[in-house]
Amino acid sequence: MEKIKELEFEKSLTKFTSAIERLENQQKSTQKDNRLPITKLQQELKEKTKEIYSNITPWQIVQIARHPQRPHTMDYINTIMEDFYELHGDRIHSDDPAIVAGIGKFNSRTIVFVGHQKGKNIEENIAINFGMAHPEGYRKALRVMKLAEKFKFPVITFIDTPGAYPHIQAEERNQALAIAQNLYEMAFLKTPIISIVIGEGGSGGALGIGVSDKILMLEYSIYSVISPEGCASILWKDQKAVEQASQALKLTASDLLKLGLIDVIIPEPLGAAHRNPSEAIKIVGSYIQKHIELLSTIPISEIVNTRYKKYRNIGLVLSEETEE
Amino acid sequence: MFFRKKKYIKLEPKETREIKKELWQKCPECGKLIYEGKLKENFKICPYCGNHFRFKTNEWLSLLIDNKFEEYDANLISGDPLDFKAVKSYTEKIKEEIKSTGLKEALTYGLAKINTFDVILSILDSSFIMGSMGSVVGEKFVRGCEKAIEKKIPFISICGGGGGARMYEGMFSLMQMVKTSQVVGKLKENNILYISILTDPTMGGIAASFAFLGDIIIAEPKALIGFAGPRVIEQTIKQKLPHGFQKSEFLYKHGMIDEIISRDKLKEKIIKILSIFYQ
Repeated sequence: MEKIKELEFEKSLTKFTSAIERLENQQKSTQKDNRLPITKLQQELKEKTKEIYSNITPWQIVQIARHPQRPHTMDYINTIMEDFYELHGDRIHSDDPAIVAGIGKFNSRTIVFVGHQKGKNIEENIAINFGMAHPEGYRKALRVMKLAEKFKFPVITFIDTPGAYPHIQAEERNQALAIAQNLYEMAFLKTPIISIVIGEGGSGGALGIGVSDKILMLEYSIYSVISPEGCASILWKDQKAVEQASQALKLTASDLLKLGLIDVIIPEPLGAAHRNPSEAIKIVGSYIQKHIELLSTIPISEIVNTRYKKYRNIGLVLSEETEE
Repeated sequence: MFFRKKKYIKLEPKETREIKKELWQKCPECGKLIYEGKLKENFKICPYCGNHFRFKTNEWLSLLIDNKFEEYDANLISGDPLDFKAVKSYTEKIKEEIKSTGLKEALTYGLAKINTFDVILSILDSSFIMGSMGSVVGEKFVRGCEKAIEKKIPFISICGGGGGARMYEGMFSLMQMVKTSQVVGKLKENNILYISILTDPTMGGIAASFAFLGDIIIAEPKALIGFAGPRVIEQTIKQKLPHGFQKSEFLYKHGMIDEIISRDKLKEKIIKILSIFYQ
């Protein structure tokens, strides 16, 4: 197994993991029975992980959400789908690898998926642009969702992006319109839509495939109007104020559930999804199944009406009389 | 022996004439000084280079309206859904903005008479927290559209929203993008004409929602319009952006808008469009 890259605040776990590794290697090479001390250390590791994760700050959650070893969209697709067929291109300009889309079988039901794709390392990330989509990515997503609508297949979107790509070419092809068009079309799409924030939900670039009937968030994912770094430099004029900015923005799953802006938190395995990707994927699969089933019992006209009303009513508006 | 030639720093002579701020304005585009009275007379367009200075809500009203504007929901003000604390709290920020702009929020809407036409007019003013969209801006835009549907009259939006989605309201702001985009679908269902007029600046979450969804999109000359801010793009590509990038003329060239209209011609153009659709 690939070694887990520990985050700064997880460093105190290293002494346990390396001690376990040493004992395991020794056991292999000398046939010495180390099972007892290994079990003991594993127990201690578990306790320590629990301790760290029970007292976690929003900025630490931001770092977990961006962890390169967290499962990404295609890890989910490859595991939970029995069979899938990826679709490519926006039919106009090109194929944007930062958004993947396709159709497949999930628990013997045909579903359509769309998701931002991040890489596990620098090489992968450069190839797919760190999950930052161009307009053609959003247009591909829309084309595939329209296909879902035609056959009434449910759409699952996986959100995981720092944001839409800030670039000359993206602007030339009207990034703003590409996102606006998706918001407009997804609001009325006549098939159920479930979005799952699996890592980083970065502003308009995330929302561009995020209009849905149910918004689910993984326990250690984030969803925010601006990155904590951006917010810190604008409002605190200090890049180092990321801790305060992460706190102020209320970008964690638990904050957003309290505010009524998302529907469900999907729990992650102990020590977050990067420690146990296969378990995390399994849990997400079970939540998708549950919510597809729930939505499948509701007539589509009612689903679309409820979706419209949900977004229509978001916001806190006061009128001056009630203030005084 | 070597003697190093002493380097001199060249100093530009200081501006000798004292510029009285209230009387003279410096054009940010061409740098020329313009007499304030002259600027006002000229629709706040620079007489030398044609740069459009930003208009405020009341200036738009006096430019476009023929003796009638009935404002709706003037009493709506922002709450603080996140209890947002930065160097300044959101509540403090709002108070300051209300005081300095004389507006209660960035967006004003109401029933307006333009020539013989009744329309719902919505104005997003960039002087109020950069014209950014929080819950109130989203709500008022949507109510404006709903009013247009109820009265079966056209909807005209003037948009100066450089701040995009307002970060003080976090995800509440981001979700206003969906709210304001989907209501445009309702305008379509009800055959209501939606004219979107983009002014300097229209960026981020405003551009990526209602601003670009107009049936007809008009921009003022040289307005900055786009998704990502130019500074963010420069940091990403690590080079200077070409001159005129994300300006109205650039957008027109790339087929993103129908026309660029200078402010002094805007009203007659709106009347022309309305006449073609409705007479």
